Amino acid sequence: MSTATARKIRVVVAKPGLDGHDRGAKIIARALRDAGMEVIYTGLHQTPEQIAETVIQEDADAVGLSILSGAHMTLVPKVVDLLAAQGVDDVLVTVGGTIPAEDIPELKKLGVAEVFTPGAGTDDIVDFIRDNASERDEV
Amino acid sequence: MSQTAGDKRVEREAEFSSISGQEIEPLYGPEDVEADLEERVGTPGSYPFTRGPYESMYRGRLWTMRQFAGFGTVEETNERFHYLLDQGQTGLSTAFDMPTLMGYDSDHAKSLGEVGREGVAVDTVADMERLFEGIPLGGVTTSMTINAPAAILLAFYVLVGEKQGVPAEQLGGTIQTDILKEYIAQKEWCFPIEPAMRLVTDMIEWCSENMPRWHPVSISGYHIREAGSTAQQELAFTLKDGFTYVERALERGLDVDDFAPRLSFFFNAHIDFFEEIAKYRAARRIWAREMKETYGAKREESMRLRFHAQTAGVSLTAQQPLNNVVRTSLEALAAVLGGTQSLHTNSFDEALALPTEEAVRVALRTQQIIALESGVANTPDPFGGSWFVEKLTDEMEEGAYDYFRRIDEVGGMVEAIRQNFPQREIADASFRFQQELNERRRIVVGVNDFTQDDEEPTPILRIDPALERKQTDRLAQTKAKRDAAEVEKTLAELKRAAATEENLMPPIIAAARARASEGEMITAMQEVFGTYTESPVF
Repeated sequence: MSTATARKIRVVVAKPGLDGHDRGAKIIARALRDAGMEVIYTGLHQTPEQIAETVIQEDADAVGLSILSGAHMTLVPKVVDLLAAQGVDDVLVTVGGTIPAEDIPELKKLGVAEVFTPGAGTDDIVDFIRDNASERDEV
Repeated sequence: MSQTAGDKRVEREAEFSSISGQEIEPLYGPEDVEADLEERVGTPGSYPFTRGPYESMYRGRLWTMRQFAGFGTVEETNERFHYLLDQGQTGLSTAFDMPTLMGYDSDHAKSLGEVGREGVAVDTVADMERLFEGIPLGGVTTSMTINAPAAILLAFYVLVGEKQGVPAEQLGGTIQTDILKEYIAQKEWCFPIEPAMRLVTDMIEWCSENMPRWHPVSISGYHIREAGSTAQQELAFTLKDGFTYVERALERGLDVDDFAPRLSFFFNAHIDFFEEIAKYRAARRIWAREMKETYGAKREESMRLRFHAQTAGVSLTAQQPLNNVVRTSLEALAAVLGGTQSLHTNSFDEALALPTEEAVRVALRTQQIIALESGVANTPDPFGGSWFVEKLTDEMEEGAYDYFRRIDEVGGMVEAIRQNFPQREIADASFRFQQELNERRRIVVGVNDFTQDDEEPTPILRIDPALERKQTDRLAQTKAKRDAAEVEKTLAELKRAAATEENLMPPIIAAARARASEGEMITAMQEVFGTYTESPVF
């Protein structure tokens, strides 16, 4: 006999690219952890390949990409494509950082669920991930 | 001063603490300052320099107005440099792009999408020549914000000077080189900590012999603060980093009075006005005391802390960006009242992107208004003797010494970094602040109060993605035209020297002269030194 137990939401917080601005990523990681999620923070200077691999290996429900270098239009599509190429289609992808308003629709078209820009509250981010990450039951 | 019984004063409901969490009393008076105030505060230009490093301060010479600039390729940045000099700026400050800061050439796989985005891309000395074209290096001072690969960029600069006919001993400026704060906060590294420290010491030694007008290290709290630290942490970790460089140079056998006068500092100018002023005053006093009493400095120049300040990027908001002009003005004013030697004022659009020309002009004008209209530059340290500011200065100093003790207990700064001590302290402070914002115990206008939904979009600077291609083409051309055998020979020599204890500046200059690229030199050294990976804490 087995009982289904709700699994904690697993989130990968990732820093793609070369910028070392990790204040936001660390605050978000901690806020998500405090909200009861399992958080895997990749650390800095990750390639899109490394991030996709982490998402798959960790069986994550969501990935948050933090970019403050202006390289988001190069790096985000790569992560999204790599995940798609591996058949991963149920991971919630969010982006945070200094993202110009006019780039947001394009990122969403790629499959990014939400973009959080400077000043976004951690509570809003936590709620968004809780409401949208597909919670899967472990049997 | 405590309230007396029967005091009817009613206080509004608010947090009366500084942005760093320092409690502020209802009132300060003579009883808040210790009896030996005059000795601890002194006069401007005299030990312990609490009131300023120079006697006449801005009556003698205004601070250097130095706007940090760099984006795209060397052509775009060279144009911005000329523009800033034409607008009355008095010194140059170079921002390099992420690949350059991390030691990757523009054609490296990891550079894709990053070339020229957050600064200018420089791969070889040919780029550096174009970057400073039309700017006589004998007539300006230049600041270069680069750390892990600093020795290479310094070599490029020396060679540009040589080509212009300006010998190294006449070049004036600063290169950041502060690798400890990279591991703590900014996170741009190439090597493990020990070989990186050896390179810093090589530069201090080489500059003390060859570049008397150059500052080989700018010991920086700016990035520590931007990473979310408190003012106390910024002060303590920065000074402790500074003492660590001093100790390394002394272990190398250098005389403290030969190199200490060329050490300079770089602090944040954050929004909490009085706390910042107290921070700068405490910094000068602590540095002077420790240089004299702990490190045996004899010359006053070795005890005199001089600093550059930049207003706090982290305090700027993407919402209602024009409000940032006001924030930057207050921060710049604090830096000036705290006695800065040079200043960068951020542009109002910097929470959105790199600044437009218009935004940069307003930022520079802000400094000019403070300098020439407000009257605050008329007398040094105008807050000296203020019961409140003196008390804050004392408290700031105590906070710093408390951290010094805790760092010493774990075995010094390098060991503390290995154990993630400063990193954890900063992460905790940064998270605490975010919670205060979430709970609206602290207000940021336009973000968690006084918000506005119908904002007009602000025009921002876009970096043309084609510039990346232009830069990789340029690198390919430089590589095609150089003497490959000479490059190979000088890189082999650099690698050989890296495995010894020889000073690495001469072999780096030789390789740079042969037009070896930054990435090639870094790789040669990494083959000996290895690389660095952080185990992050959050």
